[in-house]
Amino acid sequence: MSKFKKKRGGAKPTISTASLPDIIFMLLFFFMVVTVMRDATKKVSVVVPEATELNKLEQKSLVNHIYIGRPIDKKEFGTAPRIQLGDKFATEKDIPLFLEKHKLKVAEVEHPKITTSLRVDESVTMGIITDVKTELRKANQLKLNYSARPRPE
Amino acid sequence: MAKKSSRDRLSNEINAGSMADIAFLLLIFFLVTTTIDIDKGITVKLPPWSEEEPDPTKLKSRNVFAVLVNANNQLLVRGEQASTEELKDRAKEFIMNPNNTEDLAEKPTKAIISLKNDRGTNYETYITVYNELTAAYNELWDEEAERLVGQPYSDDLPFEVRKKIKSKIPFVLSEAEPTDFGEEK
Repeated sequence: MSKFKKKRGGAKPTISTASLPDIIFMLLFFFMVVTVMRDATKKVSVVVPEATELNKLEQKSLVNHIYIGRPIDKKEFGTAPRIQLGDKFATEKDIPLFLEKHKLKVAEVEHPKITTSLRVDESVTMGIITDVKTELRKANQLKLNYSARPRPE
Repeated sequence: MAKKSSRDRLSNEINAGSMADIAFLLLIFFLVTTTIDIDKGITVKLPPWSEEEPDPTKLKSRNVFAVLVNANNQLLVRGEQASTEELKDRAKEFIMNPNNTEDLAEKPTKAIISLKNDRGTNYETYITVYNELTAAYNELWDEEAERLVGQPYSDDLPFEVRKKIKSKIPFVLSEAEPTDFGEEK
C-alpha cells in the first residue's frame, strides 16, 4: 500500500496544453473554409419543398439566388408572394439587370456556367414562377436549379 | 562579440501564450456566422426563348407522355387521372416500352415527356411531379450503366460511357406555357 502512495506522490500529473492552439487553429480553418457569409437578409419566408433527385451546386461564386415567397412583414407588405433579389423586393422586370450585375463579378470564360438557384416557398403557386422563368429565358440564363431539401427516408 | 552575447542573454521570443485566445476569438466568430446551408436542388435546363409559338410538329401521340397538373393539384397522365406515386413507374414503362406495346414510345430516343400546369398549380406539387419524372430517367440511366459497366450512373463514369447512355436514353422534357387557371391574386 505504501509503495503505491509514494510513487503517485512523486509525479505531478498535468496535461500539456501546448498543442491546444494547434487544435483550435485546425477547427478555425475548418469553419473558415465552410463558412458562407449570408449576404442578403431575407425579406420573404422560404421553406423549400422536398425532393429526392438532388444535385449539389458546386461553385458558390457561379450561383445567383432568386427568392420567392410570402413577405415576413405581413402588416406592411401583405401576403401575396413576392420576389426578392439581393436584399430587396423586386419584380420580374428587375431580373435581367440583376443577372448582368452578377455576371460582372464572374470571369468571362465562366459565364456559361452560371446557375440561377430558385429558392421558392412550397406554398407559392406556379404563376409567379412561370413569369420568372420566362424572364430568365429571355435573358438567356438557362441553367436553373430548383432549390429543394432532401426527403427523409 | 561581447555585444552579441549580451543580445543572446535577452530572451527575445514572442510570447505565444495568447495565441490560443486569439484563435478562440476567431473560432467563435466563424462558428456564429457559419450557416452550413445545403445548396441542393433539381437542376433544370430551360429552352431558349423564342418569340414565335412552337410549331405544332406532328408528333405521333404514342411518343408523347403528356402530364397535366391542374390548379387543384390533380394529375392527368395521358388522358386519365393518376397519382404522383405511380408516375415514375409509368414514365419508365413508357420510355423503355419493354413489351413493345402499341401505344407506348417507339424507342427511348423518340420519347417526349410533356408537362403542363396551370398558373394556380402549387409549387410543391409541381416539384414532386418534376422530381418523379427526373427519378424515372435517373433510374433508367442507372440500369443502363449497371448493364454496361456494372455500377450505377454517376458523374465519375468515363465520358464515353455517359455519352452512350445519354444518347440512348435522352432526357426530353418539354414544358408547355401554363394556362391561366386559379391564379393567386
